[in-house]
Amino acid sequence: MDLDDTPEQAAYRAQVRAWLEQHKSEAPMLVGDGALKDEDEIVAARRAWQGKLAEAGLAGVTWPKEYGGQGLGPIEGLICGQEIARAGVPGILDAIGVGMLGPTIIAHGSEEQKSRYLGPMLHGDEVWCQLFSEPAAGSDLAAVQTRARQQEDGSWRLTGQKVWTTNAQFASYGLLLARTDADVPKHKGLTMFIVPIEAEGVTVRGLRQISGEAEFNEVFFDDLALDADAVVGGVGNGWGTALTTLMFERVTIGLGGEGLGYNSARFARAIASDEHARRDPEVRRQLGEIASELMAVRFTGYRTLTALQRGQIPGPEAGLAKVTIVNGAIKSGDLIADVLGPDALAEDSEWAYMISFLPGLKSAGGTEEILRNTIGERVLGLPTEPRLDKGIPFSELRSKEAAKA
Amino acid sequence: MNLALSDEQVLLREAARGALSRFKTLEEAREALDSGGSTVDLWPTATEAGWPGLLIDEAHGGAGLDVFDAMLVLGECGRVLAAVPLLGHLPATAILGDGAGKLGETPLLGELASGERRAAYLAARPPDDISGQWSVDPASGMERAALPSAIAAGEGEARVSGRIAFAPDAPGADVLVGVASLDGRAIGFAAESAAAGVSIESVRRYDATRILGHVTLQDAPATILAAPEESLAEAWHLAQALIAAESLGAVESALDVSVAYAKERFTFGRAIGSYQAVKHSLTEVLRQLENGRSLLYYAGWSRHGAPAEFPLAANAARSVAGRALDHAARTMISVHGGIGATWEHDAPLYFRRAQLSRRLLGGTALATDRVAGELIAQG
Repeated sequence: MDLDDTPEQAAYRAQVRAWLEQHKSEAPMLVGDGALKDEDEIVAARRAWQGKLAEAGLAGVTWPKEYGGQGLGPIEGLICGQEIARAGVPGILDAIGVGMLGPTIIAHGSEEQKSRYLGPMLHGDEVWCQLFSEPAAGSDLAAVQTRARQQEDGSWRLTGQKVWTTNAQFASYGLLLARTDADVPKHKGLTMFIVPIEAEGVTVRGLRQISGEAEFNEVFFDDLALDADAVVGGVGNGWGTALTTLMFERVTIGLGGEGLGYNSARFARAIASDEHARRDPEVRRQLGEIASELMAVRFTGYRTLTALQRGQIPGPEAGLAKVTIVNGAIKSGDLIADVLGPDALAEDSEWAYMISFLPGLKSAGGTEEILRNTIGERVLGLPTEPRLDKGIPFSELRSKEAAKA
Repeated sequence: MNLALSDEQVLLREAARGALSRFKTLEEAREALDSGGSTVDLWPTATEAGWPGLLIDEAHGGAGLDVFDAMLVLGECGRVLAAVPLLGHLPATAILGDGAGKLGETPLLGELASGERRAAYLAARPPDDISGQWSVDPASGMERAALPSAIAAGEGEARVSGRIAFAPDAPGADVLVGVASLDGRAIGFAAESAAAGVSIESVRRYDATRILGHVTLQDAPATILAAPEESLAEAWHLAQALIAAESLGAVESALDVSVAYAKERFTFGRAIGSYQAVKHSLTEVLRQLENGRSLLYYAGWSRHGAPAEFPLAANAARSVAGRALDHAARTMISVHGGIGATWEHDAPLYFRRAQLSRRLLGGTALATDRVAGELIAQG
């Protein structure tokens, strides 16, 4: 049991560190004096920076070499991320594309799709977004209603609405889960598509959240035309393809808790700044409980990494880390605001932003309830709840729901 | 990076599980509650398996293993609520191994490694970011008790007076290893339990699987140990890590039993484990268990990988594990319904274990406070 680099890993770390040392002055400034403020400028600068990281091999570290990656393992991926954080520079802009959607295309896409899309994705030339959730299909993702109908010439027409779409406002493409057959049970009639976002028939609208900022979007599709080769992983295989994306999402969440900045040392610093709070038994009890759990998640990440390195695929238990991180951060926000008072809620306070962001995060990447269902069933082996939708064609299901409502 | 168990560690764990499976520890725990008697003496089993010498150097006949290995064994003891007096013995051997003073010239370490003699650690809590004082567990109340005081009595010898309440595994121990105040500084000492001026009152509180004693020292002859103050502090944190591992072992088996029952018990035509209310409460036990396991790795790794973080890691493990056991025992009772709260079932044994463990060695609460203190002190 050790956390030390092997000689090869240490050499890799040194190489990444040296490049960052040499090039960090080229990174966009996002905080502090002289930080970029205009969103378009920020996006442009971060895309350019992603391009430099990709050129240097610091993006897509775990991607196969043939698609522009480094063909390295998860540990090297983590080392690279650690060094980028250490250098105090932004990471890649399109973490969703490179971390989840690209790997899905690598697993299920055609050779044409891989050679057309992966390079520009990796270099930040084309940013991607994930078009899975809908207003009436979140926890029950297989209930998506966005409909793709095949035309006689084999092309498709797409109509529907997606929601919670990060980065759609500047994305070029999205990976979209659509219903292609409503007359079969819901998991079977789904197909994954690559869709252009800047095309005619696509409308992106920002969705403001508690903080007042719009970090997510709604995306509307009105009879969007798609070529036959927009299908990823075969018609009717959309659910299996989506599960691949969700698996990569779990890995990202499992390893990325620290990346969100929800760590015990940062929260403790905020509390330690108050002379009274740092001696208050109740504040200390709460801090101790929260911090212990958040520290655990760091080592859960290392355990996940050990498993990955041994060729094991992380299971749904990674979702437990997400539950711990989100709830720990929510409690921390409460505690810090209790300590600092209303100033913690000031417009430009980092805590106000965090406090506003977390209630939504509780539902992101799987609601806590759905995660607990999945983990209870797949890890503890508890029986599933009886389902009313098993084996019933999606179209009938919809009419039953309508009749009840 | 590698946080997997080594082949040797897997073997150690499996061997421990095998050795303990020969005993009906849970049945005995219930009987001991009924009769007021004690459970079977598992020291011979521990001795046969080499556990007494886990943390003692090979040069002295020990296994020369690490905190993490000891935690694996404690975890197995916890799984079956076995009363193996390692919680007292192992931290004592760690202090002696760091500097036994004049006792280094005697065969003591070898005897403790073989299990021929047994030691008990008289736990003393090191200063934290608020209090500059060492303290020991009081007989009652929230106020921490002062360290025993020592008076020098010849080269490397002292006379020690004081009281340590609820010392795990003290009854039946041959040697007591603790911390005393000598001229205003903390020193380690060892005293023979049979010596004049040493009295150990065996106490039973709620959990028949826990050997506990109030130790009173009155001018008791003791050897001053060479172990430095850091080593004495580390023993406290080691004890926190060990009781954490023991607690998580109990959480594992409590969860296993609860999950099995949730699959076979039917209400309204379906297994109760299919209801979200039950499923979610069991996943909450799993969540706390997994967090605790991760922190055991942190504690095990940091002892050598990042020694300055060992207090933080060990106390975080204790904090999470203590709450996990409490929650697991309560969930076990509620998942089983009324029967879970009766003498017929094992759940009350886990509940008793949880209730008492939570209050020993400074209690889960002080471990949690230490986590906060360590982080605050880091700034």
